[in-house]
Amino acid sequence: MQQNKTVTKTGKRRRLGIRGRETLVSYLFMLPALLFFVAFVVGPILSGLYTSFFNYTARHNNFIGLGNYIELFQSEPFLKSLRNTVLLVIGVVPIIVLFSIFVSTIIYQKNPIIRSIFRGIFYLPVVTGTVAIVVVWKWIYDPLNGILNWALQAMGAIDQNIMWLGDKKYALLAIIVVLFTTSVGQPIILYVAALGNVDQSHIEAAQIDGATSWQVFRHIKWPAIMPTTLYVVVITTINSFQCFSLIQLLTGGGPNYNSSTIMYLVYEYAFKQSRFGYANAMGVILAIIIGVFSIIQFKFFGDKVEY
Amino acid sequence: MKPKKLKRLTPYNVVSMVMLCIVTIVFVFPFYWVITGSFKEQRVTIQLPPQWFPQNPTLDNYLTLFKQPALKWFLNSFLVAFISMALVCFVSTLAGYVLAKKRFYGGKLLFGIFVAAMALPKQVVLVPLVRLVSAWGFHNTLAAAILPAVGWPFGVFLMKQFSETIPTEMLEAAKIDGCNEWQIFYRVVLPMVKPGIGALAIFTFISAWNDYFMQLIMLSSRENLTLQLGIATMQAEFATNYGVLMAGATFSAIPIVLIFIIFQKSFTQGITMGSVKG
Repeated sequence: MQQNKTVTKTGKRRRLGIRGRETLVSYLFMLPALLFFVAFVVGPILSGLYTSFFNYTARHNNFIGLGNYIELFQSEPFLKSLRNTVLLVIGVVPIIVLFSIFVSTIIYQKNPIIRSIFRGIFYLPVVTGTVAIVVVWKWIYDPLNGILNWALQAMGAIDQNIMWLGDKKYALLAIIVVLFTTSVGQPIILYVAALGNVDQSHIEAAQIDGATSWQVFRHIKWPAIMPTTLYVVVITTINSFQCFSLIQLLTGGGPNYNSSTIMYLVYEYAFKQSRFGYANAMGVILAIIIGVFSIIQFKFFGDKVEY
Repeated sequence: MKPKKLKRLTPYNVVSMVMLCIVTIVFVFPFYWVITGSFKEQRVTIQLPPQWFPQNPTLDNYLTLFKQPALKWFLNSFLVAFISMALVCFVSTLAGYVLAKKRFYGGKLLFGIFVAAMALPKQVVLVPLVRLVSAWGFHNTLAAAILPAVGWPFGVFLMKQFSETIPTEMLEAAKIDGCNEWQIFYRVVLPMVKPGIGALAIFTFISAWNDYFMQLIMLSSRENLTLQLGIATMQAEFATNYGVLMAGATFSAIPIVLIFIIFQKSFTQGITMGSVKG
């Protein structure tokens, strides 16, 4: 491409011609992807944004401007769900990052078989699928027959059974625990790969100079895996914001919206109460929040990361 | 030359190893519990203290499970996962190649839009999506659970990352040899990105198999359910009949876990490729 800079005027025109042809070819190759993308992503986003300004239900469909948005910020279920969503993300993302770094630093230098066994184990809950995982957790949390109450009582930690999923103090926490176990698989895979790419000679040089393992981690490994950390933070944030199936299957958002998230509420308003415009407004707000979070994270980590 | 790496038994190493083993148990336990639990009698599954290993194994739970249309659900899940996989690989390989290797008007912008869209929760478009497939007349068909997921641009992103590794000289050489654009793609690009396609295929198959949310909003009649949905429905119906539920969970998890174990290498590669460069 560089030699194009020195070509003559006629050459320039020719280059535009080539680029035009390349554009045509490229769009032909892109056509199938674009068709799906426009039909099932772009179109619905625009239509969702549009209908969020309507009082669109099973019976009505009239323009109400920002009406849905104003109602949202006065609605208790929504504010509770907003709070829960933020709590969920703030609660789970740092633990996921720390835990995956902890596990990865232990396993990344082990022999390949042990490494892939551990990687597989932590990815198991992702592969198994939420529905299957939930079956076990329902039993673990079961107030009468569950193992958690039984174990805690046996240890003398509690006197009477706790309704883990039905108590507003514990419901969200119970969800966070399950979300955690189903979220660390991918970060661990990423960190193991990233740590494997850290320049070994730097580490050895530091060790010869008498650096402790903490110093090696802090000054060599941590900066080197920074791009991975950014990526992990972004994807786990997005995934936690979208936490839906765990909530739908474990608590149904209850009790009294104390474990509901915006994502769950969108579903409830759209499919149980048929308030489509209102649900779309909620979706728009969720998209904005995720967008803002992603931008903040990129700004925060941005100067330390090279792309 | 290098000093032999000796694992020193520092307190940190010991403690961290022990902790790793404990969390490993926590992660494996649910899986173990579901499989063994599916062979226990109903009253044993809820007994406390728990019976850690089934003492009188029974197939009753599986008999109850297959009174449901579980095999039909299995077939549906397989079709959803397989067709999603084929479509995603097809559209993503084509698009990823040109985004990585061709400079064309709007290319950078398009890629930016794809990346931004990946951050958007699918659920934001839930209502419009359901309305769309209803308007086109395929709500409550498997196509409704498949096609919208194909629009999600993760695959394009992954294949673009993968296609970056193709040496440009090879494409130019093929052009000089007189290959047309399609031949370049088919003869040069395709063989080189095969590992990427493999990774994407496994990744898509597993996520489509487990895409509970899309299936939930798109499929409703009992015959059309997928395994995930079917078992979720049973959770509502069988409440605390954990034996049957665990049989269902085992039945839905085993095939996908096997696929994961067999293809772990290529799957791991896909996840890593899709993340960050360098």
